Amino acid sequence: MRPFHRAPRFAWWAGNRPYTLFMLRELTSVFVAAYAVLVLLMLRSLAAGPDAYDAYLRWLTTPSMVVFHLVALAAALYHSITWFALSPKAMVVRLGDQRVPARVVVGANYAAWIASSVMVAAILLRR
Amino acid sequence: MPAPTIAAPVITLEVLRYRPGVDPAPVFQAYEVPYREDWVVLDALNYIKDQVDGTVSFRWSCRMGVCGSCGMMINGVPKLSCAAFLKDYYPGAVRVEPLAHFPIERDLVIVLDDFMQKLSAVKPWIIRHDEAPAGEFRQTPAQLDRYKQFSMCINCLLCYAACPVYELEPRFVGPAAIALAARYNLDSRDQGRAERQEIVAGPDGVWDCTLVGECTTVCPKDVDPAGAIQQGKLGSAMDWMKRVVLPWGKP
Repeated sequence: MRPFHRAPRFAWWAGNRPYTLFMLRELTSVFVAAYAVLVLLMLRSLAAGPDAYDAYLRWLTTPSMVVFHLVALAAALYHSITWFALSPKAMVVRLGDQRVPARVVVGANYAAWIASSVMVAAILLRR
Repeated sequence: MPAPTIAAPVITLEVLRYRPGVDPAPVFQAYEVPYREDWVVLDALNYIKDQVDGTVSFRWSCRMGVCGSCGMMINGVPKLSCAAFLKDYYPGAVRVEPLAHFPIERDLVIVLDDFMQKLSAVKPWIIRHDEAPAGEFRQTPAQLDRYKQFSMCINCLLCYAACPVYELEPRFVGPAAIALAARYNLDSRDQGRAERQEIVAGPDGVWDCTLVGECTTVCPKDVDPAGAIQQGKLGSAMDWMKRVVLPWGKP
């Protein structure tokens, strides 16, 4: 008897909400990577002197760059929040015989995020 | 079972049929079944088998979510058909298909061979290098607690049907087999982790997983195979660290 083999679907993530949300999460990494490129460009313009850096800052104020930043911020937030939510899957923390509850592991991620953001803000806003 | 009257409510089951040698490809066949609030999809299938069409094939055994035989796609979602109540779909139709990503043997029966090979490849039994103590091999409740969740797996394969990685990359060892490897790796009586790592951390192991997480969502026994796989990634990365960064450390 011949078993029937079903071919993998090309757009397997379409029409299934959890799969679509997963693909959305994967897509956010494109924006995270694009933002990293933007920071590298900033470093290059900084190294090239004040004129180049001013031109870079002017470029950032163009409408298309403002829109990119808004989209990239939304993508980075979605990326971070969904990954934080998944972190207890990978991190099994035990204190004595008890497993630390998932929400504590997620909370620790948020605490680390806030602490590092405060540190970056303190460095940037220091005058 | 009383014969349904004409006024009695009915529900439609659209069952994917595949008769090897007859059907070139699977086709849906609709059956009208009396609707009863306390019936699950498996009850409806057994009604069809007994009263309407004896040729419909499907696996089932215990009717109580223990044997893991009756997994099917129900309206596109992998579920145990003994735990999927008709009342959650009524008055809409219920579409019943064999578990996704597996070859279809006949109707709702899938070919299990691939999983059986993967399951035995991870050696889901206690491996000892030292001689085990004579008599009982005792564990504390805390030692049991470390692996108990992963030991609840009933091999129902809903997780494989939910895993898009397994669809695209059939060589992937997959959720249940990796969860069962973790179950024995975490057992205080076991000494076989290094042997299992050849499969679990190998080219078709944990690193194929992209953490879609649906294996855990569909698991009827709350095994959390996605957790087992992510913890496997962590363990395998730590092995690498010990091997490369700390050359004197033993993986």
